[in-house]
Amino acid sequence: MTKKLPKLKLEDKCFPNLDGAGDWGIKGYQKRGGYKGLKKLLQTAPAEHIDKLKKSALRGRGGAGFSTGMKWSFMPKPEQSGKPHYLVCNADEGEPGTCKDRDILRNDPHTLVEGMIVGCYTLGAKAGYIYVRGEYYDESSRLNQAIREAYDAGFLGKNIQGTGVDVDVYVHLGAGAYICGEETALLESLEGKKGQPRLKPPFPAGFGLYGCPTTINNVETIAQVPPVLKHPLDWWTRWGRENNHGTKIFSISGSVNNPCNVEAPMSIPLRELIDEYAGGVIGGWDNLQAIIPGGSSTPILTKELAEQAIMDFDGLKPLGSSLGTAAVVVMNKDVDVLRVMTRIAAFYKHESCGQCTPCREGVGWVYRLMHRLAEGKGTADELDQLYAITKKIEGRTICAFADGAMWPVQGTLRHFRELFEEKLRDGK
Amino acid sequence: MPTIRIDDTAAVGQTPKPLGLDLAWSKQAKAAIKDILARYPKERSRSATIPLLHLAQREFGGWLSVDAMQLVADTLNLPYIRVYEVATFYTMFNLKPVGKYHVQVCTNCACMVRGSDAIVQAVKEQAKIGELDDHHQGHSPCGTFTLTEVECLGACVGAPMMQVTAQNGASHYYTKLDAKQTKQILKDLKSKGVSELVDTPPADVDPISGGGYTS
Repeated sequence: MTKKLPKLKLEDKCFPNLDGAGDWGIKGYQKRGGYKGLKKLLQTAPAEHIDKLKKSALRGRGGAGFSTGMKWSFMPKPEQSGKPHYLVCNADEGEPGTCKDRDILRNDPHTLVEGMIVGCYTLGAKAGYIYVRGEYYDESSRLNQAIREAYDAGFLGKNIQGTGVDVDVYVHLGAGAYICGEETALLESLEGKKGQPRLKPPFPAGFGLYGCPTTINNVETIAQVPPVLKHPLDWWTRWGRENNHGTKIFSISGSVNNPCNVEAPMSIPLRELIDEYAGGVIGGWDNLQAIIPGGSSTPILTKELAEQAIMDFDGLKPLGSSLGTAAVVVMNKDVDVLRVMTRIAAFYKHESCGQCTPCREGVGWVYRLMHRLAEGKGTADELDQLYAITKKIEGRTICAFADGAMWPVQGTLRHFRELFEEKLRDGK
Repeated sequence: MPTIRIDDTAAVGQTPKPLGLDLAWSKQAKAAIKDILARYPKERSRSATIPLLHLAQREFGGWLSVDAMQLVADTLNLPYIRVYEVATFYTMFNLKPVGKYHVQVCTNCACMVRGSDAIVQAVKEQAKIGELDDHHQGHSPCGTFTLTEVECLGACVGAPMMQVTAQNGASHYYTKLDAKQTKQILKDLKSKGVSELVDTPPADVDPISGGGYTS
């Protein structure tokens, strides 16, 4: 057994109040060191910030894992574009299994507010929008309160801390559509339209919100920017493997003794994560049947694969899965995996925005086939047909929703085909 | 405002008709609309469509009639269809009346693994709700509760969980539930209008209007 990673101390964390034990208001946040050094960050050249972000290997925490420094460098300079710039925070968390942003919004909202201030400054934006999913009603109440406190303390508004930087931050509530977590659908929704993704290019950095240069980032990414910029580079890069540095919030749910959101070092082995932080699998590790490693759209892992899994962006690729939002859903042997996967297929059927035909029609086909097969009513041919359909939907749509809907089905067929076959035998 | 029975309204997929309700914004709502519009650039008031639909839903009994959507369209100077297409796209907008408390139980993967079936059953028993319809929804005969099975609400480490939305829009999460607690919450709501089992006590800001929190 390899040596275990150390548990993070409070001063190592970007979200020291993630568990909600302390005060989530501005007083508690400042006591934990928040807003300290903000003035200096607003007096440093934006190019320096972007350069440091690139070196830090901070990668987008919303699922795609794109380099944040790189993304921010795509924004034009305000004097070149001649248009207002926007930073939009994607808090439309809805991928089944994922619940990390909710804990940031309700237990440490000022981390996000400070991130928005630094982000807006770096990107030349005078206004930032935080798009929170409509269901997070009480959470956005707290976030609104945090923004108010920041205005009152002079961290938001005109001429922040005498630096001449102006930033306004607004909360925009969504109304219950998973697809609005896709960045261009989110922009459409923010403009007051149906949340249907746009064709890219043009990319949001050139033509985003209201046709202006816009950067969209996940809550966790934006909130991690100030700590990365305030500390020496190795404070961040000492965690995780090359190109996957830093700390990350993992949401561990399902058949574990202690489901929790926890901030841990990147590149932590999956088994260590479950055993050390979530109290282990219910009934012990040997009772494990399957794990979804990064939210519902990431392909499922068997127990054998889970034992090899390293939780970072590059560690799960060789296993045919991905880190996604690092939302680990554990299923032990008491769980009907096919029923869970069929439920996930039903989710994608419900959430398709209906814009592209392969997705609109296909997710329904896939759900109905899954449903029949999981009940033992299908035929062996239909198993192959199911796989073929998923391959015909994947990659043929405007956004990545359809891909994300097909991967879990493909993963189930790859690793749990015998469960389907068992049902077919029993159904006869 | 006349009482509206569920049968009076059109099913999703049919075009609903105006009910002649003659709706108007309250004084508080008018103040809220001013605050909401201030969040967006002047010529981009269409951005306020979703916030105003939330506001209309809470003002006019917890659902959106054609009349309410028309009022939003008139307020924002938009054609009706621009508002209607948005209202039908998002699941939080009820195009039919719902009970005084809208109980939304998550039945997605993490909640299913941790026993959301029992929570759905408990709500059905306590609120005397029978089989759910094609939209996974059912109503209690007394009109106090509507149960909807919903998609992931993003509180997976607190599974199984549910969200209860009151007609005035206030909406709370209840997490780490069992059947007994679920029934208790419904009892509390029916008798007192509040339950102490709420997961996250909100701050004193209303997320839609920006004013004080109305619970």
